[in-house]
Formats: sequence, C-alpha cells, structure tokens
Amino acid sequence: MEKFEVYRKDVEHVKILNIQGFLDAHTAPNFENELQNFIKEKSFNIIVNLDGLQYISSAGLGVFMGVIEDIRNNGGDLKICCAAPKVFKVFDLLGFPSLYEFYDSEEQAVSKFTDTKK
Amino acid sequence: MTQKAKKFQLKLPIETANLEIVREFVARIAQNMGFSDENIHRIELAVDEASTNVIRHAYKGAESNEKFLSVEVTTHADRLEIDVIDAGKGFDPNQVKTPEMDVYLKKMKRGGLGLYLIKTLMDKVEYKIKPGKKNRVRMVKYITT
Repeated sequence: MEKFEVYRKDVEHVKILNIQGFLDAHTAPNFENELQNFIKEKSFNIIVNLDGLQYISSAGLGVFMGVIEDIRNNGGDLKICCAAPKVFKVFDLLGFPSLYEFYDSEEQAVSKFTDTKK
Repeated sequence: MTQKAKKFQLKLPIETANLEIVREFVARIAQNMGFSDENIHRIELAVDEASTNVIRHAYKGAESNEKFLSVEVTTHADRLEIDVIDAGKGFDPNQVKTPEMDVYLKKMKRGGLGLYLIKTLMDKVEYKIKPGKKNRVRMVKYITT
C-alpha cells in the first residue's frame, strides 16, 4: 500500500508541514485537514516541505488552491519547498510557480518569514 | 516485424483507494513496453486524473447505475492506448475549455485541472460520451515521444 504521511513542526512562528509519499484524491483530504487545522489555530505562516513526496496529482494541487486565499487574506502565506523534479514538474505544468513561492531548502523558506529585513 | 496488439483490462469499484491500483497497472505495462521513467510518470498521472474524474463526478446523483470504473489498456508496437470507461452521467467535452491557467489560478478555483493535465501529458485524447451507457476517455502515448 502506498503511503501518505504528514509531520508537523514549528520553527519560531512558522508552521511546517512535511508531507511524504503519494498525494492523490485518496490522500488529499488528510493533507487538507492538516492545513485547515493551522487556519483554525490562526497560524498563517505556513511552509509545506515536499522533500519526501513521491507523487502528486491535481487533487493534491487543489488543496493548495483551496486554502491559499484564506491564508493570504489573514496576512500570511503558504510557501513550498524541497520538491523533487518530478513533483515540481506537475506544479509547473499548471503554472503554480507564478503564484506560489518555491524554495530549494526549508531554511530558505523559513528565512522569508523570519527575516525582518525582507 | 509486426507486433499484435495486446489488451489488458481492469474493472474497479469507484473508490479513491483504488487509484493506486490503476496507477500501478498502467505503469507496469508502460514499463514493459520500454517507456522512459518520465513518460511512465506522465501516463500514470493522466490515468489517475481521468479515473479521479470518474470517481468524483461520473455517478453523482445517479443511484441506479452499476457504478464502476474500467481501465482498458491496449499495447501497440508504437503506442500505448488507454481507455478510462464509466457508465455514469457523462459530460460534454466541448464544454471543457483549456483554462487560461494564470487567470484560473488567480481566481483560486480548484478542481477541473485534471482534463487540462491529461491533454498536456498525453499525445492524443478523445472523448466518446453516451450518458448512462458508456463514457470513454481514450488517451494515447507514442513510444517515441
């Protein structure tokens, strides 16, 4: 059975969600719940780390689209890091890089939230 | 040398848990045909998208039908042909426009990305819609591309 796992981590005031495995229409609700929990907690500085993600379909991309408005309307952002080339390609095909910030490392993404000189 | 076309079929209950089975089924056939890893991924994703559409939309509000998702793969010497079939309510493929992705994403509208992806990922896509009887999305990938 293909796995999908989600791990949460806090770095200062930034919430990091590390998602691993296969993100499709079956596992997308699990991912969405985790993001909705952040919104309920009023945590709007979010990074999704795709380091261990092996597969994503448009159902997974739909989750990113479904929460971003809420997050940005509350002064936050959702940044994405560490996507493998195969996974990034799917985001790229649908034009996501023009609307979401992608970073190569988690540290880079965190610094965009914590760097006051920004 | 001519190679005879071979047909592989899979019929599944419409549950998202079965997407994994569909992906593995087509990936293994594509692999045996000698497709590159990149193209295997494209094929897997296209079939996942077509199957997800069936699972999520095809039988909405239609209780009487036998609800199933069928995936039929035909291997030819030069190409792989995949039919994703259901007996649901169907849809008008002419209404499915290629979205202007920038505008689309700015509106943060979710869903509906699947058909656009399928078109982008595969070499040929054809729809044959007979609502309540047989709706078929045929996707073709040539081995040389």
